[in-house]
Amino acid sequence: MVDATAQIPGGATAKGQARRSKVRINSRAVVMTIYLLFLMLPIYWLLNMSLKTNTEILNTFTLFPRDLTFANYATILNDPAWYMGYVNSLIYVVMNTVISLVVALPAAYAFSRYQFMGDKHLFFWLLTNRMAPPAVFALPFFQLYSSVGLFDTHIAVALAHCLFNVPLAVWILEGFMRGVPKEIDETAYIDGYSFGRFFVKIFMPLIASGIGVAAFFCFMFSWVELLLSRTLTTVDAKPIAAIMTRTQGASGIDWGVLAAAGVLTIVPGALVIYFVRNYIAKGFALGRV
Amino acid sequence: MEKTVNQKAWFLVLPVLLLVAFSAVIPLMTVVNYSVQDTFGNNQFFWAGLDWFREMLSSDRMWNALGRQLAFSGIILAIEVPLGIFVALNMPKSGFWASLCLVLMSLPLLIPWNVVGTIWQIFGRVDIGLLGYTLDAMGVSYNYTQDTLAAWITIVTMDVWHWTSLVALLAYAGLKSIPDAYYQAAKIDQASRWKVFRFIELPKMMGVLMIAILLRFMDSFMIYTEPFVVTGGGPGNATTLLSIDLVKMALGQFDLGPAAAFSIMYFLVILLISWVFYTVMTNLDRKGA
Repeated sequence: MVDATAQIPGGATAKGQARRSKVRINSRAVVMTIYLLFLMLPIYWLLNMSLKTNTEILNTFTLFPRDLTFANYATILNDPAWYMGYVNSLIYVVMNTVISLVVALPAAYAFSRYQFMGDKHLFFWLLTNRMAPPAVFALPFFQLYSSVGLFDTHIAVALAHCLFNVPLAVWILEGFMRGVPKEIDETAYIDGYSFGRFFVKIFMPLIASGIGVAAFFCFMFSWVELLLSRTLTTVDAKPIAAIMTRTQGASGIDWGVLAAAGVLTIVPGALVIYFVRNYIAKGFALGRV
Repeated sequence: MEKTVNQKAWFLVLPVLLLVAFSAVIPLMTVVNYSVQDTFGNNQFFWAGLDWFREMLSSDRMWNALGRQLAFSGIILAIEVPLGIFVALNMPKSGFWASLCLVLMSLPLLIPWNVVGTIWQIFGRVDIGLLGYTLDAMGVSYNYTQDTLAAWITIVTMDVWHWTSLVALLAYAGLKSIPDAYYQAAKIDQASRWKVFRFIELPKMMGVLMIAILLRFMDSFMIYTEPFVVTGGGPGNATTLLSIDLVKMALGQFDLGPAAAFSIMYFLVILLISWVFYTVMTNLDRKGA
């Protein structure tokens, strides 16, 4: 029906539409250019600073480095105290992502498929942990992990970050699992699949994009969080974001190195985004579109 | 999809339950414990009842921080939600440019929060930052460490820079799910651009927009690192939001009792507002399904 009626308007209107859509595309491009410029300028400025010497940063105002130098990056990449920060961050982020997904997958399946006593309350209670301000938990976490001897270890930070990542992972995965028809489960059980084999062999491939999205979000929120990871670590598991404060020395702040460290923290995120770029749009809707 | 009643589903939820109980319930109990006791050191605690709660409720400190926090969350929601929708409407629908926009827009989301703070701290400085220098050269007096208004503008701009993309990406995901037939029908009815937005695009985006608003509200209400790095809560107490005040009290002054009472009330406020959002959201979900 829609197609038949859509053809009624004559050629003149079609031409008018073409002209209008051309104008619209241009105004769209302008809006997007301005917005992206707004997003990129501060990042560009950081990159710009990281390639300058401190003398240039402090004494002249230049829009691009006149005296191009990579010394700031060399400082970081040659000093274990610096680059171990990146390794520490990556270790606990990956640990957290794996733990979150492993426990969240069965739970999300239960929430999406079954009704059981207290399921709705449990689901909201889980979400409330996503709402808990890390500032509230900083001190108790410090005491808890000190008393069980996990203070300053990667696993402590990974577990602490589960506080907000597990509920989020359950929430995202539940959304994706709801989209898979229940007949698939039932057919598999009739065909004699056990729950475990069905889950790994059939169900997980079906929600692969959901798992990818959940992993992306876990990675993201664990990578960007600082308050808890800084409180729970001193030396051995100190994240890069906390090490950055080292640049405030007796002779003032080493701006060049600070900027270089900042740029390097953007790199892992940028890589992850590049790999999931085709899922981002759907993923951000948490499977609920 | 109707769900089967199955109490065994509890076993699937059990791992999540244990993990979250370890990382949420135990620390939360510690907080509750502190909030009703007083200590004179040496690990000797005395029952204090609800004194700390009474003290916090009658002190201006918490109310002022709460006021600033509500103002901050209100302002950023009022800017980010309309701006995010506007950007989403102007994004290219497919192809290379769409991917490029997605990647560039997600970039700020994956920058560690204290690096976000550092970026804006540098960007706004009059001596070495592009923004501060430009404003200064134009004769605008701008100093975010001295001037309350400038400090607020800086942290609000920073948050808009940091998080508008999240709203935009969610809205974009909602927009992409609208079938072309809807637009064709609107064209036949000669609906204006505004009517297309009001009666087709907005209702279809509502579900994901609620997620966006919920996430933005929760995260802005517990924001700590970014404003702390930029302004340190100053000038004076002008940008001391709830989390910053709490960390000052708990880890800075080690006033455990009042800080714990503060924490609990802080958490309850978030919980209450989020519960309202969540109820609205699940009702919308049910209507959509």
